[in-house]
Amino acid sequence: MISLEQLTKVYGHGDQRTVVLDRLDFSVDAGEIFAVVGPSGAGKSTLAQCVNLLERPTSGSVLVNGESLSQLSEKALRVARRRIGTIFQSDGLYSRRTAAQNVALPLQYLGVTAAETRARVAELLDRVGLSNKAGHYPHQLSGGQRQRVGIARALALRPSVLLSDEATSGLDPDSTRSIVALLKELRDDLGLSILFITHEMDTVLQVADSVARLDHGRIVESGRIVELLRDPASGLGRALRPARSHESAPADATEWFVSYTSAAVPADWLSRLADQLGTTVSLLGASIETVDGATVGHASIGVTGADREHLIAVARSLGLDARPEQAAPAEILEQVA
Amino acid sequence: MSIQSGSVHLNNNVPLAEIPALVFPALLDTLIMVGIVMLIVVLVGIPLGALVHNLAPGGLFENPALHTTLSWIVSIGRSLPFLILMASIVPFTRFITGTNIGIAAAVVPMAIAGIAFFTRIVENSLRGVPPTLVRVAKASGASPLQIIRTAQLSEALPSIIGGLTINTIAMIEYSAIAGTIGAGGIGYVAVTYGYQRFDNTVMLATIVILVATVASVQLIGDRLVRLTTPHSRTQHSQARAPRAARRETSLV
Repeated sequence: MISLEQLTKVYGHGDQRTVVLDRLDFSVDAGEIFAVVGPSGAGKSTLAQCVNLLERPTSGSVLVNGESLSQLSEKALRVARRRIGTIFQSDGLYSRRTAAQNVALPLQYLGVTAAETRARVAELLDRVGLSNKAGHYPHQLSGGQRQRVGIARALALRPSVLLSDEATSGLDPDSTRSIVALLKELRDDLGLSILFITHEMDTVLQVADSVARLDHGRIVESGRIVELLRDPASGLGRALRPARSHESAPADATEWFVSYTSAAVPADWLSRLADQLGTTVSLLGASIETVDGATVGHASIGVTGADREHLIAVARSLGLDARPEQAAPAEILEQVA
Repeated sequence: MSIQSGSVHLNNNVPLAEIPALVFPALLDTLIMVGIVMLIVVLVGIPLGALVHNLAPGGLFENPALHTTLSWIVSIGRSLPFLILMASIVPFTRFITGTNIGIAAAVVPMAIAGIAFFTRIVENSLRGVPPTLVRVAKASGASPLQIIRTAQLSEALPSIIGGLTINTIAMIEYSAIAGTIGAGGIGYVAVTYGYQRFDNTVMLATIVILVATVASVQLIGDRLVRLTTPHSRTQHSQARAPRAARRETSLV
């Protein structure tokens, strides 16, 4: 488990003082994947460097399994860093070393014997599915394979926390999916706490249990993914599953935006809604899927001549939030931007 | 110099058959001189280059004052023309070697010029290493020395070898300049026989030898660079047998 307590990082003094991270507070439990998203310049990379202890926080602390690592001496810090495995963006491999030699690096730094290193490296490469690529150099591997080597290397010293710093950025969608699947598998098998820093919302939805949005050094919104997705007022929830453009309503109908707010939405809600309102409901666009076994989604519908309040009430009884189109997306997009 | 005295010198030309006996021992002297110098240059220049690089902002031991001082010293060493450097440090050379002529005396100024040169080459090569790799090493629990060795020098090796080649060739050139103060070697032969005695045959022979030496150094250097760069070594196959790889790279 890793937690941040009032983590603050300030660069410069006086007039040039810039608060890059402003009293961040969150924790990632063992077996949890916690994503931090935010636009560039939000402080994500500074956060990553504070978490893997490459930068000292100005105040506040980083705790791994309850032990504060931020006030350690330089030498103790070097040892402490071994408890946190870091996966860097895909350019983090040493070009003159093979996959196996790259994975062996942390063990070499630690002074592990050659025989032990060999055995551990073989085990790690097998774990990430690259046993047959041990002798390959980074330029002979695909982006996804390189990242698997990076993951194996991050796991070499059996850390309890894994920090993924834009690890899937720049990968193609297939590689991203396979890396995400691997991270989840590792999380389950090894009980890792994974802090996943990224700017890609799509990936967050695939990988994370919880997510926090960092903006100007502050966490402006956070929560469990499913709850955020079910909260129609959540900007982060909306940003995770942006509504795409849809068909426009028939001339006599008004457009409504409907989103799932509970687990109990019946699959046939559309026909139920039409029945209970006693009118025609046309489906203009929809996106419904399961995230971590929970159904979430939203739809744009056209409704002919229904009472506004009545529609909202019926929708609520079905576990849906309904609001007239236009208003909803615009106002929420504003929050996100 | 009059035409007459010139013709006298022409008559004193070294006979063709004796040229190898004159030139090859001189070449050996040059190789010994440059060899000793390069050994010192590498032993001092690599740590010094790594130090200068890591004292700079963003380095492992960031220290602007020390960096500026060291950088200035290196720059001074780099900015003096070799002939001037050689002449200006004669007292120092005499103090170290007890003489100011011969190979031993030439090694001192050559090593100083070479170290200054190579320090910059190493520094420049290290600057080419992606900063992420240093972060990777740190995050993996490496000590500063381990970082310098594995993340910086090791990754920059092909580039350092490329610089070393240029440096070695410059030292061969300097050894010829050192020849003018009687340092021995091929430069000395070129100056005393070729230049001062107008012995064109010897002059030509030294030129051929120097060109061949420089070309060989360049060839060896290029090959080493290719051998230390996995990208060029394993272009088309996974074969890592050096022989096979070498044959391959010649086609690339």
